[in-house]
Amino acid sequence: MAQLNTDKVFGEFLDPLLPTDEYLTINFSPTSGSRKEYWRNNGISADFLGDYFSSFFPIDIDTQAKIDKRDEIKSTVSFIANELLENAMKYSVQTMKLPVSIALYLYEQELVFVAANHAHVKTVNGYQEFIQEIVTSDIDELYTKQMEKAATGESGSSMGLITMISDYSAKLGWKFSPLEDYQDIFQAIIMVRLAV
Amino acid sequence: MEIKSDDYRVWYEPEDSTVFCNGYLRLDGTEEYKPIMDLLIGAITDQPTITVNLRKLEFLNSSGISMLSMFVIKVRQNGGIKLIFEGSSKILWQTKSLKNLQRLMPTIQLDFD
Repeated sequence: MAQLNTDKVFGEFLDPLLPTDEYLTINFSPTSGSRKEYWRNNGISADFLGDYFSSFFPIDIDTQAKIDKRDEIKSTVSFIANELLENAMKYSVQTMKLPVSIALYLYEQELVFVAANHAHVKTVNGYQEFIQEIVTSDIDELYTKQMEKAATGESGSSMGLITMISDYSAKLGWKFSPLEDYQDIFQAIIMVRLAV
Repeated sequence: MEIKSDDYRVWYEPEDSTVFCNGYLRLDGTEEYKPIMDLLIGAITDQPTITVNLRKLEFLNSSGISMLSMFVIKVRQNGGIKLIFEGSSKILWQTKSLKNLQRLMPTIQLDFD
């Protein structure tokens, strides 16, 4: 259960983040646009983040690898940012005009994504139950279980988060903070860390 | 049979028993993936072997991965169908995530170029 009036943290959540000179934040202020328009923005923003951050990595010339480091960063950032934005849009409280944001920080050895949205306490409770499962389960077993679940068409299989951990070796952390003015609404922040 | 938008194109070539998926697929959940799912399911009718060619599918979101899982399970339920996924070793998501489909059906053949 989400506790009112206190922050709740799960997984590996760095708070505060160490300062870095290289970071980028995109903030979405809700308008009357349709969900389809928002959805399209997710892909555009995710690809932009991928393109932008990959430029900090050299193009490998002598490598035998079929995918060079720059392309690897571009694809990984684009996939993860897209999933985070899709989730943030999907689980945001629709009736209130509260913003969604995604930030990406570059450090010498890792990339850190921070995505924030606002969700109703009921959504938050369900999400936290799933997070508990993620942090306490064997990720391979959970992957197969959720894939079977996804295959039945059951919504909310959350394959995105599990894919990040299982296929991209990402480390995840979450923080939920109640809003002062609205008892039933929480700010949900997810942090995804990726070794580079 | 063809499904097309500015971002992607999915079509079936019966003479090769192959479904091709090209472009960028970032559709919004199971419902938006349904037409593609229906095309895939339609392709397995009366075919002993089905190939899904993803070599030009640059991007697939997790809802799309779930759709492929759903398709694999349908094929598994039907029994006796040989399923081949053709992937590209130059597209990162395919090198990371396609192998996971074998967890649902170990007999899937994965061909990377």
